[in-house]
Amino acid sequence: MNELQLPSIDYGALAPTLIMLGAALLGVLVEAFVPRRHRHLVQLSLALLAVLAALTFVVLGADDRLITIGGAIAVDGPTLFLQGAILVLAAMALLLIGDRTVERGGYFVAQAAVTAESAEDRRQAEAQNGTTEVYPLTTFAIGGMLIFVAANDLLTMFIALEVFSLPLYLLCALARRRRLLSQEAAMKYFLLGAYASAFFLFGVALIYGFTAGTPGRPAGVDFATVNAAVAESPASPVLLFGGMALLSIGLLFKAAAAPFHVWTPDVYQGAPTPVTGFMAACTKVAAFGALLRVFHVAFDGARWDFTPVLGVVAVLTMLIGAVLAVTQTDIKRLLAYSSIANAGYLLVGVLAPNSEGISGTMFYLVAYGFSVLAAFAVVTLVRDADGEATHLSRWAGLGRRSPFYAGVFTFILLAFAGIPLTSGFMSKVAVFGPALDGGQAWLVIAGVLTSMVLAFPYLRVVVLMWLSEPGESTPTVTVPGGLTSAALMIGVIATLVLGVVPGPLLDLTTGAAEFVR
Amino acid sequence: MSDFPFLSVLTVAPLVGALVVVFLPRSRPELAKQVALGWSVLVLALSAVMWVTWQTGGDRFQFRESYPWIPNWGVNFTFAADGIALVMLMLIAVLVPLVILASWHDADASKRSVPVYFALLLVLECTMIGVFAAADVFLFYVFFEVMLVPMYFLIGSYGGHQRQYAAVKFFLYSLVGGLFMLAAVIGLWVVGGKTFDWQALSQVDITTGTERWLFLGFFLAFAIKAPFFPFHTWLPDAGGAAPAGAAALLVGVLDKVGTFGILRYCLPLFPDAAKWFAPWALALGVIGIIYAALLAVGQNDLKRLVSYTSIAHFGFIGVGIFAFTTQAGTGAVLYMVNHGLATGLLFLVVGMLIARRGSALISDFGGAGKLVPVLAGVLFFAGLASLALPGTAPFVSEFLVLIGTFTVNKPVAVIATLGIVLAAAYVLWMVQRTTQGTLNPALTEVEGMRRDLNLREKVVVAPLIALIVLLGFYPKPVIDVINPAVQATMQDIDRTDPAPSVGNVQEASR
Repeated sequence: MNELQLPSIDYGALAPTLIMLGAALLGVLVEAFVPRRHRHLVQLSLALLAVLAALTFVVLGADDRLITIGGAIAVDGPTLFLQGAILVLAAMALLLIGDRTVERGGYFVAQAAVTAESAEDRRQAEAQNGTTEVYPLTTFAIGGMLIFVAANDLLTMFIALEVFSLPLYLLCALARRRRLLSQEAAMKYFLLGAYASAFFLFGVALIYGFTAGTPGRPAGVDFATVNAAVAESPASPVLLFGGMALLSIGLLFKAAAAPFHVWTPDVYQGAPTPVTGFMAACTKVAAFGALLRVFHVAFDGARWDFTPVLGVVAVLTMLIGAVLAVTQTDIKRLLAYSSIANAGYLLVGVLAPNSEGISGTMFYLVAYGFSVLAAFAVVTLVRDADGEATHLSRWAGLGRRSPFYAGVFTFILLAFAGIPLTSGFMSKVAVFGPALDGGQAWLVIAGVLTSMVLAFPYLRVVVLMWLSEPGESTPTVTVPGGLTSAALMIGVIATLVLGVVPGPLLDLTTGAAEFVR
Repeated sequence: MSDFPFLSVLTVAPLVGALVVVFLPRSRPELAKQVALGWSVLVLALSAVMWVTWQTGGDRFQFRESYPWIPNWGVNFTFAADGIALVMLMLIAVLVPLVILASWHDADASKRSVPVYFALLLVLECTMIGVFAAADVFLFYVFFEVMLVPMYFLIGSYGGHQRQYAAVKFFLYSLVGGLFMLAAVIGLWVVGGKTFDWQALSQVDITTGTERWLFLGFFLAFAIKAPFFPFHTWLPDAGGAAPAGAAALLVGVLDKVGTFGILRYCLPLFPDAAKWFAPWALALGVIGIIYAALLAVGQNDLKRLVSYTSIAHFGFIGVGIFAFTTQAGTGAVLYMVNHGLATGLLFLVVGMLIARRGSALISDFGGAGKLVPVLAGVLFFAGLASLALPGTAPFVSEFLVLIGTFTVNKPVAVIATLGIVLAAAYVLWMVQRTTQGTLNPALTEVEGMRRDLNLREKVVVAPLIALIVLLGFYPKPVIDVINPAVQATMQDIDRTDPAPSVGNVQEASR
């Protein structure tokens, strides 16, 4: 009879994840026991400290290359780099989430259960401080993302997906203003997200079936088994293709790739802006981290089968993101479509069949995360009595009223457009180079063509801000408190530094581009 | 002295100047102007030292410097100048102080910051010098793209009628070309063994199909930048809307990046593709000469008219480059310099006229020579230089292009000659309608039209007139610098398959 063996657990390597999840649980206790007026400060400090502690462990363990808890978690270069990226970007997002000077009482509603647009709702929008449950929710989401990029089998990956998705659905519903829009966004995100998760799970089942026939190996959904099965399994490849397709749907949904992108503009628009920034930066890192691992580790042997299909998805994503961005009149929706197009460029990096593609994608993720958080930080600042003024017509002449913030936003838009000396340009080179090297010229051509289209909406905003006369309704920029300023400055400086001296980060990504099996 | 890092210092200096200017208090615009002018004169002085240090008959590339930038991709800050780049750098150094002086009051009228206007001009100078001085393809691309940003704001913030439309059109057209080039640059990096160094890339052999695609990527960017027919439609809008000083730099220098790029990148890096595409390029050049000249004849807006004349001149330069003879090539490069001087002068003078009249329409003038005789005289001179009258510098270059082309391709040369006739038509008719004939009574009521050239404006036009006449009679110093570089470029094209060994190439580049 077999003895049940406990898997060995390397607690050191798991420390970042454990810290984040522990902090989230602690946050729940804080909600229960700390007096209301202290909660905001305690919760924010707790979350930021946890992120810093987790980041410290990531840095300390930077040389770890191991697989632990029975093959469920792989700690390797990409894991550590992406975990570090998620933590840094999450710290910035937390700074935005925690700001209570721009919007009095914070961006979040006090009681989400109050009927939207009722008298009670209006009163709480005017007077009450926002709920502090957002911090444990955010911390849970971060913890889930840390597992997601480290998962070494499909089931762990699925659980991580749920751990970080569920808090996000909730966070989307908590906007202080425009409650109906916010709730609608959350509902949409939740329903579509649940579908996507179901697809993912169904894919896992098919893959499990496919691995069953591999000679000399038990069936399983860990990546090493899947990889071996792709090479040797006598089972019909229909199972494999079906499984890959369904898995991809689940992952591409999170990555906001077309045709699974339809939730993105609504959710980005409806969610509280700091949460939108958090999703645009951190969820992207997590989703693409998982895509990289699944396609480079598990399905590496089926590269010639999935590349054309995913290539079409990438082209479609770039095209839809770029073309629809042109027609947008709301800055948050515009940034949402821009984020869709960027998902397309990231897919180009994922599909490059070499380790430079992995490092280029990781570079892109970090660079884009910094820029997009800075962009949403500016969006939180442009406001009038009713909250944020997100309609583009309201941004006309902003350069006259507030040249500094308009200048900062212009710089970020130039980065999105890929003008040199910004991180946006370097990241485009970082993904297009390996793709061209790997023989995927058509993806690069598509990337270049859509970049041209995409430049137009960015430029339109620049024109509005600088070359139009300010109108009666042009809002002023609220002078931000310390937290938002810090996040904004970090984002802008990173965008500039990565555009001028990308060398150090490229070294880091190049050194971290090797997966363990 | 030749060890001095001229090119990097020249590139950085205007940028430092721009930073100084932009942080000057907004309430003291005069100080900003003086600092900007002083700084650009400093750059001119440094370039003059560089010109003296240049060894005519020495190496093809001189003043080479290289510092690592992004080691992972093999990108370096490599600067080096050949004769072609050197004369263009001199042209920039001469034009920028004059443009700053000519633009003295341009920004006052707008509600926008005056120091920023001059800071933008200096940033533009930095990127223009960088683009000609770069010897690393990646570095070149960076300058090529960044150049758009200051120009975009110069047109968009300080321009005239329809400035928003013109600025966006300018930016998008250039960006489209630039992105095609980006794909080609990355492609070149892949086939060239992961290096961006020009010297190394010029030794690489590329398969025919790839070479043609890469050539197209670069050529498209340069053809839009230059601009060649049919990619020219942005220039009349941008030139018409930009403030006169910025327009002089736009047409005088910025557009030369296109023709320079063809000479430096398209021909030596993709010689076989260049030969294969040459008939098409020649055709575009010839069509440009005739078509733009015809459109220029029909213009009623002075700045748009000058923009169209430039497109015609770029046709000549294109023909000179793709004729593939040393004579025509030298003529083309000389034309790039002379056109910068002549059209720069024409734009500045036209700007002075427009500033006085408050209108750019030819029909609003008439007999202006009776009110402002000196200004009218300078306009006439600039016009004559523009139509390449013998004795002015452009004549030498146009003549070289035509005889150089005639020896290899008679029909093209003959059709191009028609362009000279049309040039006489559009210049002389423009001069006649603005400054000659009976005085337009509306002019006498305009306060500005009673002031002839003041001292500042005379200081602006005098050096340009002097240079145009000097190079018209004695172009030898410039030709001596250009000729070896063009010869080397022509030898790059005649490189035959299969790949030459290293020894042969060294011999060829001598």
